[in-house]
Amino acid sequence: MRTSFVFSEVVTGLRRNVTMTIAMILTTAISLGLLGGGLLVVRMVDKMQANYQGKLEVAVLLTNDVSANDQDCSSQPCSGLRTSLETTSGVETVVFENREKGFERFKRIFEAQPELVKLARPEAIPATFRVKLEDPERADVIVREFSGKAGVKSVDDQGKFLDRLFNVLNGVRDGALFLALLQALAALLLISNTIQVSAYTRRTEVGIMRLVGATRWYTQLPFLIEAVVAGIIGAVVSVVGLILFKAFILDRVLGDLFSSGILPTLGQLDVLIIAPILFGVSVLISALTGYVTLRLYVRL
Amino acid sequence: MIRLEHVSKVYKTSTRPALDDVSVEMDKGEFVFLIGPSGSGKSTFLRLLLREEVPSKGRVYVSNFDVAKMSRRRVPRLRQSIGCVFQDFRLLAQKTVAENVAFALEVIGKPKNTIVKVVPEVLQLVGLEGKADRLPHELSGGEQQRVAIARAFVNRPLVLIADEPTGNLDPDTSQDIMLLLERINRTGTTVVMATHDHGIVDSMRRRVVELDNGRVVRDDARGVYGVGR
Repeated sequence: MRTSFVFSEVVTGLRRNVTMTIAMILTTAISLGLLGGGLLVVRMVDKMQANYQGKLEVAVLLTNDVSANDQDCSSQPCSGLRTSLETTSGVETVVFENREKGFERFKRIFEAQPELVKLARPEAIPATFRVKLEDPERADVIVREFSGKAGVKSVDDQGKFLDRLFNVLNGVRDGALFLALLQALAALLLISNTIQVSAYTRRTEVGIMRLVGATRWYTQLPFLIEAVVAGIIGAVVSVVGLILFKAFILDRVLGDLFSSGILPTLGQLDVLIIAPILFGVSVLISALTGYVTLRLYVRL
Repeated sequence: MIRLEHVSKVYKTSTRPALDDVSVEMDKGEFVFLIGPSGSGKSTFLRLLLREEVPSKGRVYVSNFDVAKMSRRRVPRLRQSIGCVFQDFRLLAQKTVAENVAFALEVIGKPKNTIVKVVPEVLQLVGLEGKADRLPHELSGGEQQRVAIARAFVNRPLVLIADEPTGNLDPDTSQDIMLLLERINRTGTTVVMATHDHGIVDSMRRRVVELDNGRVVRDDARGVYGVGR
């Protein structure tokens, strides 16, 4: 088989059906872009879990009474609670943060929003025990045991907030992947259709080729390659799209979340890491669709 | 070389068989005219040889190929060893004369240096030396048919099939084409030609197989088109 022959047939075919070629490339690109988006969310969630696991705390918020009167946790019920916490299994460290320190921390966290800081008053901030756990799974136990004890206003399991965040992110991921699937279906059908149209347009030529003794493979390979080339171009477009999306939209919208460390940063490196997956999926699906279409629908 | 044994072909859309219990044998190097009115089965006969159709009954043999029974995968091999020429020339419109002829060689995987050597030779044989770079639409009917013949012959096939090759040509050009086919036949290629052209058949006096309503009604070693027609 002569590569120059196959190459020229592929180029001719793609150019003859420019509109359909472009449609194929776009649907493939969109589908892969959504898939890429979903994969990036997965990466982000993985990074977050790694980041946060070590830092999760349970916050035991103390009542106004204790917060106002016990600035160094030297009297009951505060010191009793502290001992209790320290001796609970699974607890790594317990740090007492009085109202004043709490207010300082509040000011630090929200220093980008001075109006909020102005409105806040120290009396609104409770004293808290910041409990670091060896085993994050034990958070439930702390919550159960200490909620309702004397001096305790509430127990906040930071892990629960994170769970909620993860649920949202996973929801976004699932949404993206579902859309990717739908688009992939559209891309598949479009590729199949394009090949059928392409084959129909060239039926005279292909007929003559077969009469002269060309094998099915020889006559069909150009169509297959057309589909794969369109798929590869679609993959390139999707990767470029993701890079641009990240640079111009994602960074702008989620920039604050990234810089404050709440969400782990997604670098262009992440996009480049998932790029081979997108290429692989694209080539595989285009080739498979092309092959099946030629076998089942094209009687050449 | 070519053998049909009790071949019948019924197309799905009609009740009358296109070919009805046809048995014919043709030897290597023969020149055979296949004649008969429209609908007599001439084209079906040739299509069976090329495995464009499969007989409803009977066996078809071309050289070593059991044409009717062979698997689809082997069909390209069969067609590579049969040269065919048609009334409508069937050239690839986007390729030049040389490329059209070269195509038959490319398809069987002949290397480029062979192709570059062989194509000019065969173009000279058919009288088209100066026209290698022309496109089909730039040629006359006769020239296009010469290209088709060159393509059919370039692989030195055992059999050359011609389905009304002079159908679209004027009498003089037709004569030229027939001379070409005769030359090819003299190299040892079996030629089977379906035709309506009385003049050609009468002037060449070769074997004539006449079909009528799908049956062989005449098989003369040195025949004319028709007595009293």
